[in-house]
Amino acid sequence: MSSPGLISTRPRTMRLLAIFGFALAAIAFFSTAPAAHADEVGLEDNPFRVSGNVQFNGDPLEDVKLTVEGGGYKAEVETDAEGQWRVGVPEKAEYKVTLDESTLPDGVAVVEGSNEQTVEVGPGGRVTTNFFIGKGERNVTPFIDQLVERLVSGLNFGLMLGLAAVGLSLVFGTTGLSNFAHAEMVTFGAVIAWFFSAALGLPLWLGITLALVLSGVFGFLMDAGIWRPLRKRGLGTVQLMIVSIGLSLALRYVFQFFIGGGTRQLPGSNSPEIQLFGSVSLTVIDLVSMGISIVVIAALAFFLLFTRIGKATRAISDNPSLAAASGINVDRVVRIVWILATALAGLAGVLYAYYRPGLKWDMGAQILLLVFAAVTLGGLGTAFGALVGAIIVGILVEISSLWIPADLKYVGALVVLILILLFRPQGILGRRERIG
Amino acid sequence: MDWGQILSNSASFIIAPATIAYALAAVGLSVQFGYAGLLNMGIAGFMALGAYGYAISSITFGLPWYLCIVVAIAASVVYALILGIPTLRLRGDYLAIVTIAGAEVLRLLFLTSSFDQYTGSADGLTGYQGSFRDSNPFPRGSYGFGPWTMNENQAWVTVIGLVLLAIAVTIVFLLMRSPWGRVLKGIREDEDAVRALGKNVFAFKMQALVLGGIFGALGGVIYALPSSVNPGSYVTSLTFFVYTALLLGGAATIFGPVLGSVVFWVLQTFLGNVLPALAGIGILPVSSSQASTLRFILVGVALMLIVIFRPQGILGNKKELTFVK
Repeated sequence: MSSPGLISTRPRTMRLLAIFGFALAAIAFFSTAPAAHADEVGLEDNPFRVSGNVQFNGDPLEDVKLTVEGGGYKAEVETDAEGQWRVGVPEKAEYKVTLDESTLPDGVAVVEGSNEQTVEVGPGGRVTTNFFIGKGERNVTPFIDQLVERLVSGLNFGLMLGLAAVGLSLVFGTTGLSNFAHAEMVTFGAVIAWFFSAALGLPLWLGITLALVLSGVFGFLMDAGIWRPLRKRGLGTVQLMIVSIGLSLALRYVFQFFIGGGTRQLPGSNSPEIQLFGSVSLTVIDLVSMGISIVVIAALAFFLLFTRIGKATRAISDNPSLAAASGINVDRVVRIVWILATALAGLAGVLYAYYRPGLKWDMGAQILLLVFAAVTLGGLGTAFGALVGAIIVGILVEISSLWIPADLKYVGALVVLILILLFRPQGILGRRERIG
Repeated sequence: MDWGQILSNSASFIIAPATIAYALAAVGLSVQFGYAGLLNMGIAGFMALGAYGYAISSITFGLPWYLCIVVAIAASVVYALILGIPTLRLRGDYLAIVTIAGAEVLRLLFLTSSFDQYTGSADGLTGYQGSFRDSNPFPRGSYGFGPWTMNENQAWVTVIGLVLLAIAVTIVFLLMRSPWGRVLKGIREDEDAVRALGKNVFAFKMQALVLGGIFGALGGVIYALPSSVNPGSYVTSLTFFVYTALLLGGAATIFGPVLGSVVFWVLQTFLGNVLPALAGIGILPVSSSQASTLRFILVGVALMLIVIFRPQGILGNKKELTFVK
């Protein structure tokens, strides 16, 4: 701009430059200028002060909006580059500090407590409050992602419950026994797998195989040692049920006797996560666990539908006397059912130990009522009903925790159990004459 | 190994509050299961309602102790009605599963942190004995003799517990020799026959469920009165332990529940003292915590053996009790 001629000859350029400059100044004024001061609001006008620090994993979070409100006074503030903010307040009183979670970076949220905190300005006239920020799922993850994640997790849990429920249902169908000790068969599988693969250090596949084999052997021994003699004595179903409760108590404390009261981990319980889509991810163990469940359940369906023993099992479930009269060896089938049921429960135990994660002396008892819920929902004594019931219960438990507190998530399933028994005691796939 | 101390500890449980609480709950179960044939597997839920009903009405609402007991009773009556209206038509093992699920739902509701300000969630509740201890007529001092020596607060809990137990046993004794009791036993033996005689079976079952539930709640109150309420106490194992005590004494007898509870607790305390002591001096080759686990294994085995070999219990008559089919 050294020559005046330039001004006269290129007025448009000047005008453009002036507009540009004004725009820059405006942007600077509206964005950076307030930000430079907004981390300190009302400090000059008010004698007392509320302040805080917003950090995630030690890194300060900038430009997070907070509102301080109370006693008719309201101030908005943003955190500075150090994550700090200060607000002057007029009185020594209680103020509500609200953190606007939409201004947090993606993937983090207030994890402990809520995004609202009540602080009281005490005699010192100053108070500091901090929010616990962590990897957030609650408010940042889109709802549909949460739903899908819960669905997948529920399906995994349901398939695992199904393995236990099918066994319980088969035993009930063939012998009429509501076996409370089935929970301990679940724990047994996990404990044996832990014993061989973690305590003795054998390869995991061998440990799990041994767990399944020994579970089956355990089932055979229980049938031969307890349940067959008792059937021969002619004990009623209620008496048998109370015997199974006694057995359940005894076994539970036998496990505690050997592995103590703490939680133990199976090898490989920290497996890497696989990103599916959005924020939905699954661990390798989850995928393998679901795969195993599906293969085993398919094999079981084939067994029940197409083999002689499977058909005999279903025949006994339908009508034991008629089955016996038509030449089926009921004792032999019941023995096979027991072996099968306990082996399946043992497998469910191994998978449950990975799902929880960890194994504990009373882990089976924790899901026993859910297994009963699954069996009842599907129809007592029907194997496929138990499967359907288990998947419904598993998904219900996981989905319901989207709305109700996580420590109440089993309540939903138990209420469903009660309602099903009241309104459709024969279950979804059960037949009317089984009515309770 | 101090045999005198062990025997004294065991003997003290003949009239300990826990024993009286189990006896009250077992008397309630004897009405429901022994006489009416209702397989209530949720007595722990009734006890939890009693304990929490008492503690919450004392802490949150500041009621005097006798009104707290009334609240506990009222809560158990309401629960029995809610549970009973739909379920009493179900078969034995179905009823068992529903009642056990109901008790677990109650426990989870007491355990959840959602109602922390009323229930104390996982920590439970303490400090609700004020009104009860203020009403204590015993002056400060030591009462009783030998193993049964207790301070004035323990003595007051024991006296109230024994009075409640005596009332409960008397009520059951009088009821069971009345026409009402005979109908109840008839329902247990053959429900259809009783219905054919024109009795309202459902109403009788409901009355039995409510009456037993009240005794269960009173048991919960006495269980909670000496120290604290903790949701971890009201697990399904508690139900099974009360069943063991009941079946041990005799389910369909007047004094069976009381005798069973005394035997249960004295044996539990004895084993709980002896087994770790034996482990301590090396007679049992196990650790001390393993030794104290052993007694619970024995409870389970005992429950199986009683049901298989002596289902009528110590005092029962084999002809009388048929387990519901």
